[in-house]
Amino acid sequence: MYYAIVFLPLAGALIAGFFGRLIGARASEVITSAFLVLAAVLSWLAFFQVGLGGQDARIEIFRWVTSGELQVSWALRIDTLTAVMLVVVNSISSLVHIYSIGYMSHDPHRPRFFAYLSLFTFAMLMLVTSDNFLQMFFGWEGVGLMSYLLIGFWYQKPEANAAAIKAFVVNRVGDFGFALGIFAIFYIFGAIQFDTVFAAAPDQVGKTFKFLNWEVDVLTAICLLLFMGAMGKSAQFLLHTWLPDAMEGPTPVSALIHAATMVTAGVFMVARLSPLFEFSPTALGVVTFVGATTAFFAATVGLVQNDIKRVVAYSTCSQLGYMFVAIGVGAYAAGIFHLFTHAFFKALLFLGSGSVIHALHDEQDMRHMGGLRKVLPYTWIAMLVGTLALTGFPFLAGYYSKDAIIEAAFVAQSGVSSYAFVLTVFAALLTSFYSWRLMFMTFHGKNRSEPEVFKKAHESPLIILIPLALLVVGSICAGFLFKDMFIDKGYEAFWRTSLFTLPSNNIIHDLHDVPDMVKFSPAIMMATGFLVALLFYKITPAAPANLADAFRPIYLFLLNKWYFDELYDAIFTKPAMRIGRFLWKKGDGATIDGLGPDGVATRVLDVTRGMIRLQSGYVYHYAFAMLIGVALLATYFMFAPGASQ
Amino acid sequence: MKEAATTSPFLTYILALPEILLVVGAMILLMVGAFRGERSANAISWAAVVLLLLAAVFVLLLPAKGKVLFDGAFIVDSFGRFMKVLTLIGSAAAIVMSFDYMRRARLEKFEYPILILLATAGMMMMISANDLIALYLGLEVQSLALYVIAAFRTDSVRSSEAGLKYFVLGALSSGMLLYGCSLIYGFTGTTGFPGIAAAATLGQTNLGLIFGLVFFLAGLAFKVSAVPFHMWTPDVYEGAPTPVTAFFAAAPKVAAMAMFLRAVLSAFPEITPQWQQIVVFISIASMILGAFAAIGQTDIKRLMAYSSIGHMGFALVGLAAGNAAGAQAVIIYLTIYLVMNLGVFACILSMRRSDGMVEDIDELAGLSRNNPMMAFLLAMLLFSLAGIPPLAGFFAKFYVFLAAINAGLYTLAVIGVLSSVVGAYYYLRIVKIMYFDEPAEEFEAMPGKLQAILGVSGALVTLYFFYPAPLVSAASAAAKSLF
Repeated sequence: MYYAIVFLPLAGALIAGFFGRLIGARASEVITSAFLVLAAVLSWLAFFQVGLGGQDARIEIFRWVTSGELQVSWALRIDTLTAVMLVVVNSISSLVHIYSIGYMSHDPHRPRFFAYLSLFTFAMLMLVTSDNFLQMFFGWEGVGLMSYLLIGFWYQKPEANAAAIKAFVVNRVGDFGFALGIFAIFYIFGAIQFDTVFAAAPDQVGKTFKFLNWEVDVLTAICLLLFMGAMGKSAQFLLHTWLPDAMEGPTPVSALIHAATMVTAGVFMVARLSPLFEFSPTALGVVTFVGATTAFFAATVGLVQNDIKRVVAYSTCSQLGYMFVAIGVGAYAAGIFHLFTHAFFKALLFLGSGSVIHALHDEQDMRHMGGLRKVLPYTWIAMLVGTLALTGFPFLAGYYSKDAIIEAAFVAQSGVSSYAFVLTVFAALLTSFYSWRLMFMTFHGKNRSEPEVFKKAHESPLIILIPLALLVVGSICAGFLFKDMFIDKGYEAFWRTSLFTLPSNNIIHDLHDVPDMVKFSPAIMMATGFLVALLFYKITPAAPANLADAFRPIYLFLLNKWYFDELYDAIFTKPAMRIGRFLWKKGDGATIDGLGPDGVATRVLDVTRGMIRLQSGYVYHYAFAMLIGVALLATYFMFAPGASQ
Repeated sequence: MKEAATTSPFLTYILALPEILLVVGAMILLMVGAFRGERSANAISWAAVVLLLLAAVFVLLLPAKGKVLFDGAFIVDSFGRFMKVLTLIGSAAAIVMSFDYMRRARLEKFEYPILILLATAGMMMMISANDLIALYLGLEVQSLALYVIAAFRTDSVRSSEAGLKYFVLGALSSGMLLYGCSLIYGFTGTTGFPGIAAAATLGQTNLGLIFGLVFFLAGLAFKVSAVPFHMWTPDVYEGAPTPVTAFFAAAPKVAAMAMFLRAVLSAFPEITPQWQQIVVFISIASMILGAFAAIGQTDIKRLMAYSSIGHMGFALVGLAAGNAAGAQAVIIYLTIYLVMNLGVFACILSMRRSDGMVEDIDELAGLSRNNPMMAFLLAMLLFSLAGIPPLAGFFAKFYVFLAAINAGLYTLAVIGVLSSVVGAYYYLRIVKIMYFDEPAEEFEAMPGKLQAILGVSGALVTLYFFYPAPLVSAASAAAKSLF
């Protein structure tokens, strides 16, 4: 069964990729989608088997690398954490596949698109089923590559290419840390199997190594390096810049990769490595701090964005911050629970946005939307459910998971967790505001789009609506159905050993006993956000513009995403370009080529020209040359020392 | 020094039979031509080819052991044998290659093969000369015939100009040679090579003898067109009718180089350091000039002129080593050079369109598509001329550089290798034009005789590396007889 789950997407990708032209676009779509649906159904089976039945498994496929101490196998590690990820990845992926059949119906390169989607899914599955760091890195890079290919899927668009490259390069920065972390693990532990490393981790507590005359705690250093990789992949503060730009890719890609699955890989990785992180409070503090900052930062930027997909993208970034907060304070289960629910409602929001964009013929600017509720009733319902779930409306998915995170941050009671608590609560307000802003600008009020476009706008076909409907169900039910298992009474039985917590860590139990004020704070924030949005965009539509004018610097600061792109451009990109240009023009062109090949070639031509000029055609010149030659030789023998005795 | 017994008169004439055959044959054919008129040109040409090949057979039948004839003026040994056969083949091939051109140019005159016969007789004299006077006689017999052949196309100003330039400068060089010979005679008291060798020893050399040597070598260098005595070469190659150029580039170069070899090695073995310096100088100058000046050429005949200047420079590298290995390398080099040149000129002679011959390199554009076989063989020959392994030209260069290295002439070898790199450019440029440029108009079909020569030459050059032993051992035997 696990073989089928992991390798069906690969098979689909190979078929669509290599034989797409042969079998046609329709067949490619059907085959890849059918394989994914099958894999999704099997994943749910596995979920119940592992999560409820407790049947963990480890399946060795084959030996991969045997080199000295380094022994690596391809193996599937199936425990509850993996099973949860399998469900998330395969469910969302299969829905996105089906959705794409409708969404991409006018694209001429559909086989390639579906091959990429399936191959991405395979890489993601490799990542979540990995049994060792190397295999995880393989999946990690695989999803990065497919993300690059899918962002740049419309390679005719320069922005798409730029965004693809940006995503790849920023992720490289994170991967650099990840790779160093893996090297460090091999150096310290002499192995890269999870089980071996986890078993040896307690012995390394408090040990240090010397780096540049500086005592560094071993586990903290490893964890921080690994977290650097997670920051890149999960678009956390400072390494987040690629995610909004990644929206240049097709919308189904945004839903699958840049909302539900790949970006959560960082969260998954830290959760998977909880046996390491648990022993490094410093690293966990950093995780909390970065997560809280991201949650707040991304939410503020989301307030003022006008591109519908970018709003959702910043929302994703913000929600990922929440997950890291949960993990940072030790509530791994809460983080994974949020990952699980978030996958449904964020995919729903993206696919709903896609439906809007599809209806308006690729219009993404919310300023050119409005009043679409009547035209797109089903999409409106879907988006409404998604928004409610995201903002944490009671009994919907986000309500359980997000509140759990905020409560966990409150319970943790350390300096950094207080910081996280304040920021996450405030971010909940912002989340509510920007989500409702999106809803009001898109679906309510007067139509602001071109009348022509508006007239032609129509509800999406069934093949797009069905995935939306299923996600609506998921967004409503994922919370209360699984709450018990993930973070409540069924916690121990469900997770067993897949998440490691120190005996002193009882946060999951404690978070249920928090003051009522804390319990209600997210709901209050949500309501406030809703009311403000209602006021701004329904009742007094002039208010946002006035406010923006009144606080112009702040507005511009947010609109320009805290000027991160400009900052990076000035600090890294421009100097790198300058160095590159210098090395190219001056180093390679002028010095190496100039003194080397080009210079020599030019001198050769000069010499040639001179020699040809000697060949004047006059006999007396020729005779003169002969006489000069003889004279030179004779003179040489007359005066050269030792030339003759 | 040779220990060659004088021989009986009868045996003397037997040993000189190839030369006698050529000279007498030339006389007879001249009579035939004079009486039968122009119609006999074709038959006389074929007769000349047969005569040359017959002479080659006779040469091969001669004993390999060294014999000195005519009071020491003429020597028959295995070196001479080898070089004579090479020269005879070169001359014969030149006549074969000329048929088609001469017919199309309305130049079918019976004098042409006869002049080649006489020139070849002169070359054989040069190769066998063991005395300054014999050497000069052979040289002049050859040169006078060549002057006339260069100007053979009497209705062409350029051909006449080429012949005149060659004659004037040739006379100058003969003068230098003679002046050198007289100085040498004056300071050694003899004209025979063994006698000079005995007199010109290190301890007793003086500036007069060295001066004589300088002038003598200047005259020889003119004949092999080594820098700075090369100036006539490009103009004559370009101006002379193409078959004549093909002839000039092959047999006379081989003969002149053979004469050069024998003269310095058997007449001045004791003062090797002295002539070695001169040879090194003209060798370096020739290699460099051949490499650089050829780059700027657009006319393929002119380019081949500079190419041959460069190749003579490479051959002289072997001579500069001044030992048997060096001489062996030169002999191999000359053999391969002759083969390559005949093949290339077969191609140049095929560059003909309905409106006449073309000589511009760009006219070869796209030959690979119009005539893939010719383009391939020409490309192989050019690669070989550039010295790219595993073609024969690589081994030719390899042997001479190896000899130079073993003789401690590192500077010379390094400069040689570097200039062969520069030189590779212009050969490769032709290959590039043939294979990558837009095709020019097609050439007329290649005549069968040229096809045959190109085929043989291409095959020898490409397949040499499979079986180099016969040439190496023959050259080794030939080189040993000089020491």
